[in-house]
Amino acid sequence: MNMTVNGRDVELPDHVTTVRDLLDHFKLNKELAIVELNQSILDKSIRDDAALSDGDRIEIVQFVGGG
Amino acid sequence: MLKIGPYSFNSRLLLGTGKFPDFDIQKEAVEKSETEILTFAVRRMNIFEPEQPNFLEKIDVNNYTLLPNTAGAKTAEEAVRIAKLAKASGLCDMIKVEVIGCDKTLLPDPIETLKASEMLLEEGFIVLPYTSDDVLLAKRLEGLGCHAIMPGASPIGTGLGIINPLNIRYIIEQSSVPVIVDAGIGVPSDAAKAMELGADGVLLNTAVSGANDPVKMAEAMKYGVLAGRASYEAGRIPKKFNAAASSPLEGMSIL
Repeated sequence: MNMTVNGRDVELPDHVTTVRDLLDHFKLNKELAIVELNQSILDKSIRDDAALSDGDRIEIVQFVGGG
Repeated sequence: MLKIGPYSFNSRLLLGTGKFPDFDIQKEAVEKSETEILTFAVRRMNIFEPEQPNFLEKIDVNNYTLLPNTAGAKTAEEAVRIAKLAKASGLCDMIKVEVIGCDKTLLPDPIETLKASEMLLEEGFIVLPYTSDDVLLAKRLEGLGCHAIMPGASPIGTGLGIINPLNIRYIIEQSSVPVIVDAGIGVPSDAAKAMELGADGVLLNTAVSGANDPVKMAEAMKYGVLAGRASYEAGRIPKKFNAAASSPLEGMSIL
C-alpha cells in the first residue's frame, strides 16, 4: 500500500492495514502520537482501529517543547 | 488561587518547555519553578526516527495541566486545526491561541487571533489567546468568552520586559477573566512588575530556558511572581514627590 505520511510518500507492507499497524511499523510512541487521517482527526478512542487505504494522507504529530 | 475556566492553580507562573539545554536540566527547572501549567507546541513526529526522546516521557503528566499552543499557525483555520490535534491527544482541553502575523516581530495577528478564539470557543475549548497589549482587542476577546487574556509584555524571546505597562494596567483593570502576561519577560523583576500591576499570572519560557543556569532562574522566577503578587495584595504606597521621613521628628534635642 502506498500512502503519504507526514508529507513523505511511503510504501507499506501488506500487513499494515490499521493506524495501530502503521504506528507499530514506524515504532512510534502510541502514547504520544496524534493521528490525522485524510484531514480527519482521529480521537484516541477510535484511532488505533481506523482502517487504512491506498492513497491515504496521514499526519502523525506530537507535543514538543514550545512556549 | 488562579482560576482559568474550570481549573484552579496555586502557582501563578506558567512555564514554556522550548529550548532547554537538555531534559534533565528542564525537569529540574520545572520542579524548582513550582509551576502547574506547562505549554507545548504541536509538531510532526519524525517517522524515520522512532527513538526521539520527548519531555512528556520525563515528567508525570498527572502533576501538570498541559497548555498546548497553536504556534506555527498563520490563519484562524490553521490554529483551529492545531488545537483540535492537541485535544485529540486526550491530555488537555485548554489551548493557547497563537497566530503569528509577522515573522520579524513575531507579533500576533489580531484579526486571525480573534477569529480563531471565536471558533475554538464554539468547539468547547478553554481558550487563552496570546495577544498584543492592545486594550480594545483584549476587551473584544473577553467579550467572545475567552477564559483568560494573555497580552505580551514585549515580543517573544526579546526579554525586554513590559514595554507598555500602562496598557497592561488598562487590560487588567477592565478584565473580569484572568490576565496572564505572556512573552517578553527577561528577569524576575519583569515578572514581579507584571504581578504588581495586578496580573493574575505570568507565562515565560526563554527567560528560563536561555539563562546560564535555567534551574536557578526558574527558582528566581517563582520568587519574582510570588513577590509581585504579595505586593499587589498588600497594596503599595502612593507615589509622592515630597520626601517624608520615616524616622520620628520627636526627641531630636540631643543634637
